[in-house]
Amino acid sequence: MITGTPKPIEEILEMIDPYERIVVAGCYGCVTVCRVGGEKEVQVLASTLRLARETAGKKITIKEVCLERQCDPEYIEQMRPYIHDYQAVLSIACGAGIQFLAEKYTATPSLPGINTGFLGVTERQGEWAERCQGCGDCVLHLTGGICPVTRCAKSLFHGPCGGSVQGHCEVGKDTPCGWQLIIDRLKSLDQMDNYVKLKPYKGWNTSRDGGPRRIVREDMI
Amino acid sequence: MLEAFENGADGVMVIGCLEGDCHYLSGNIRARARVARVAAILESIRIGGERIRMFNLSAGEGAKFAAYVNEFVGQVRELGPSPVNVVRKNAA
Ligand code: SF4
Ligand code: SF4
Repeated sequence: MITGTPKPIEEILEMIDPYERIVVAGCYGCVTVCRVGGEKEVQVLASTLRLARETAGKKITIKEVCLERQCDPEYIEQMRPYIHDYQAVLSIACGAGIQFLAEKYTATPSLPGINTGFLGVTERQGEWAERCQGCGDCVLHLTGGICPVTRCAKSLFHGPCGGSVQGHCEVGKDTPCGWQLIIDRLKSLDQMDNYVKLKPYKGWNTSRDGGPRRIVREDMI
Repeated sequence: MLEAFENGADGVMVIGCLEGDCHYLSGNIRARARVARVAAILESIRIGGERIRMFNLSAGEGAKFAAYVNEFVGQVRELGPSPVNVVRKNAA
């Protein structure tokens, strides 16, 4: 899922300062799962903002909504009947959702209520960790299912580097060395031959180096 | 919890069962974490984090319940009305 963290309330209050009527828009997708932008979070944020604004003597009217997904046009369309009654939308979907709102409703400012994080997993309730950087050319079949792009701090393809000490990465004691994890896993799977199949260099043209990416699937159009 | 403040509460007590005794295993431990979050929110919007508190009681502790209520009510009285209620009163 795409993860994120709430923005500090002071920052949000500053963003919405000019407005008296806003929509707080959540998303039932990824951000609901990582507890930062679903229906409950919409309620908590709206309530917080109403209290803060009323205490500051500047009442605000908030419409609370949660869309199935903010990254699909049909759900964004659902806001059309009332969007013009509001001065701005404060979205707590991921950055993709917030931008899609901005694109579809050009006359209404779209404001971010969260800081979008990474593609990750729920390691335990309340704790999420990064697993994929969407490099566009997956090599997990060669690396024992552990991503070198993400789990190695330097995204090396021929690790571990000299900074790997007793399984830890040099960036911090809490960070396992991704390459140590890969080697250990390949050994336990008896797949060390995969290590030499990996190219030590990686083409980043499928990743961000080619600018914003687009997928066109003729079979799906 | 926040809604109670919107509806005019000056303080909110959240009461759960005794830790380790929750019918839903860790419901009361999680509730404590949620209350801490709401306290932080109230602090950040200058309503005051001390206006919400979590207490743990068993169903048989009536006297203790009354003592907790008296203690908390006393504390909230000392704090006075919630800033949002002050604004509302002044506007009325
Ligand atoms: S808008 Fe973002 S958070 Fe919501 S479903 Fe789409 S990708 Fe996930
Ligand atoms: S190799 Fe690329 S696509 Fe595969 S998990 Fe890593 S970043 Fe994601």
